[in-house]
Amino acid sequence: MSEMNTPVTAKTPSPEEVALIKKFLNDTTLFLGPDPEIMQNHDLMPRTEMEDECMRKVGDAHTIAKIRDRIQAGCDEGYEMVEQMGAAPGAKWGDVITGVYSASGDLAIASAGGVLIFSALVHHPIKFIIKNWVNEPTVGVREGDGFIHNDSRYGNVHNTDQSMILPIFHKGKLVCWVASTVHEGENGAIEPGGMPSMAESPCDEGLKMCPFKVVENYQIKRDILTFLQNSVREPKLQYEDMKVKLFACLRIKQRIEETLNTDGPEALISTLRTTMENVRAEVKRRVSQWPDMTVRTYIIQDSTLRENCVVKINCKLTKTGDRLIFDFRGSSPEFTNRPTNTIVAGLKGMLAQVFLCYVWPDLPRGQAAFAPIEVITDPHSIVNCSYDAPNSQSLMSIFTGFTAGQHAVAKFLYSCPEKYTKVHAPTFNMINTFIWGGVSQHGETLGNLCADLNGMGAGARSDLDGEHGLAPIFATMADIGEQELNEEDVPFLQLVSKKMTRDAIAPGKYRGGQGYTMIAATKDSEQWGFMTTCQGAKIPPIQGLFGGYACGCYPLSKVKGIDVYDILLNEPHKFKHSIEEIMNEQPFEEATYTTHHMGMGFEISKRGELFMISQGAGAGYGDLLERDPAGVIRDIEEGLISPGVAERLYKVKFDPATLAVNQEATAAARDAERKDRIARGVPYAEFIKTWNKPTPPSHLQYFGCWGDDVAKLYMGSPDKFRDANTPRPNYMVHPKDVRIAELEARLHALGAMGGEKQ
Amino acid sequence: MKVLMTEYLRIDLDTEQWECRVCDHTIGTAAKGYKEGMLVYNRDPREIHPPILDPEKYRFTFSPDPEWVRILEYYCPHCGTMVETEYAIPGHPPLHDMEPDLPALRAQWAKREEVKEPVVGPAVVPDQGHNH
Ligand SMILES: [Zn+2]
Repeated sequence: MSEMNTPVTAKTPSPEEVALIKKFLNDTTLFLGPDPEIMQNHDLMPRTEMEDECMRKVGDAHTIAKIRDRIQAGCDEGYEMVEQMGAAPGAKWGDVITGVYSASGDLAIASAGGVLIFSALVHHPIKFIIKNWVNEPTVGVREGDGFIHNDSRYGNVHNTDQSMILPIFHKGKLVCWVASTVHEGENGAIEPGGMPSMAESPCDEGLKMCPFKVVENYQIKRDILTFLQNSVREPKLQYEDMKVKLFACLRIKQRIEETLNTDGPEALISTLRTTMENVRAEVKRRVSQWPDMTVRTYIIQDSTLRENCVVKINCKLTKTGDRLIFDFRGSSPEFTNRPTNTIVAGLKGMLAQVFLCYVWPDLPRGQAAFAPIEVITDPHSIVNCSYDAPNSQSLMSIFTGFTAGQHAVAKFLYSCPEKYTKVHAPTFNMINTFIWGGVSQHGETLGNLCADLNGMGAGARSDLDGEHGLAPIFATMADIGEQELNEEDVPFLQLVSKKMTRDAIAPGKYRGGQGYTMIAATKDSEQWGFMTTCQGAKIPPIQGLFGGYACGCYPLSKVKGIDVYDILLNEPHKFKHSIEEIMNEQPFEEATYTTHHMGMGFEISKRGELFMISQGAGAGYGDLLERDPAGVIRDIEEGLISPGVAERLYKVKFDPATLAVNQEATAAARDAERKDRIARGVPYAEFIKTWNKPTPPSHLQYFGCWGDDVAKLYMGSPDKFRDANTPRPNYMVHPKDVRIAELEARLHALGAMGGEKQ
Repeated sequence: MKVLMTEYLRIDLDTEQWECRVCDHTIGTAAKGYKEGMLVYNRDPREIHPPILDPEKYRFTFSPDPEWVRILEYYCPHCGTMVETEYAIPGHPPLHDMEPDLPALRAQWAKREEVKEPVVGPAVVPDQGHNH
């Protein structure tokens, strides 16, 4: 780190001495690690003199709009190139951003589609380059250079995302930067696919590229490329996508140069700065229209992906005047040896997504939209983890943090007359998909994932049901790809796909959009396996809105000891097309049937074994007794809910054969249920007397604050905790050691340890 | 003047009370959480999210684990409308989820017309696409 807080006791140093100390430290820095000054800041850089001058010269709104549209079109063109030519599955479904950054490194204009989480956090590596490499004689920043980056501790979400960053010069002067970022997948980590849940330290997470130069004279340097290829499982992917990102950047550069030639650098610089400042000012104006209020919510992660436990994401959102402050203090301490931690920039990026996708989708894409919004966290917490904490599964905390934000924001929006979208219950937030890897039927080594993670069920809205299998919370316009095309490259089939999972519901006046079933089985490789990286098999990972319910839980089911392809060939009638039927009816006599949480570490799959999961549902909105009976019947007809469950929950009375609704009987049943509620409900003051407990339950491993006391963070039991401001290590025991200890205790109790020496 | 705060709640700025929008019941002072004027029911989550897999056979069934999480259901004591749900860790104190700044709210609405029907917000309409 180049900046340090120097403890001073006796005498305060003079400004000259401070400058000298600073120079000494800068000159003798041992290691240029992530810079907190850069990494903790998501606001725009101060307006430079150059920008000020350009804005004075070019301020005409029409000129600025014209140039902004041209640059926007250039970014979209670069995006399109990456999406069409990229080798990574992530590129093909739009897990991409391309953008133009100011000379100071702020993302001014970004591609409209793709993954908007990037918009608030891809700027940090550029600021690192500006701060450290521009004046570094052994590196430098020159025309024709390109820099690569993937280590999220220096910016971005997780180290499966790689960026290519190019400085743009005009007559020898740096005017802006362009960059292209893709979720590449494979990165040489301990497990294939780029997001290892087994990582116990950053050293298990594969390539950790701080920003460095990989392109000179617009050519990729072959020696460094070879090193990178040698460090990952997919050398072809590494090379191909570095080229794709470079050429996308060059296309955007071409569009910038056209603007420079027609309108000059002042117009370009003014456009970038004016756009950001206008968006920032507009966000403050829109926030000021919300009610001044504090909203509290929490979301629970029910696992670390290695073991089930209770991990709190605590969120207090306060709006006062034109300030909006997310306070995540009280969230779980970071895990020292589990990868579900995130750097705070990742959390901020995903919160930006709440606004860019769900609240103000009309705003220009870029860093400015989230710039004025404030975020408070505890140090070394799961939402602001330290350098030493693994973070390859940061998505777990980023996504649950997003949902806390989405849930809280909805409670502000309802009363605000100025709306840009409908009030929205939380969308499902877990990437229920298969990550895969191994050697394909073509002999290629691969590691990546099924784009079905993009099929998250959407939350209900204030006047509409949620959409099924719609889009991931991190990209409203992403695609799930064509499974048939994937199957040409990978040695497994999805035997059941895109079939909605019945009764995996989120009821409400408007119900949440549901998720679909995926049943995968390996076919043409002896070296192939899967992993899953989700929470929510014991506790739903979202909350409902205004009386709507959240989704239920989603486990992993496995059927082993069979070859389903033989069964399909010889006894096809035995195969069933739902998890429910296969697991409950157990149609294959010789098979074993098991259920698991959704944190399956990479596991080799034998030909014809079944791995079965379901996408999740978005949350419901409003009291389910107000749901239109016709909507309930439609859900039955569409196989979303079984008739018995529908009748029991929604109190709709209908003819089981024709599904014709008996309106009077329904109204009577609903009235009776309302009366029942009044009879069984307990007055609040009475209720909390027996419900409220002073500490977390001792039967759960609980992490985070309890109630409103955010100064005390529990670390796994009621008598283990830390002061929120004083970090302590937080180690988890290997789940296999836990299991061995349990079994040994049983052997001891039976006196069956056989006199084993200790 | 009254402000529509949620699907089922409004605040009367003059009396500073939470009110039920379904039955007009006065729930309680807006200086405190509306939940304090509600009836609460501790719901076993398996009743709402039914097991899809046979609980006799399997550890994980698609139902939330009732030892790990409960659903607190908040009902209007007068009409029985379910105003809010809260998925809660057993024993965790209910959240004071909406704490408006009443003087600020009054000042903000002093400059606005009263809104009696909720503003729904724009619909997402299919783009016409690129035609020649
Ligand atoms: Zn009522």
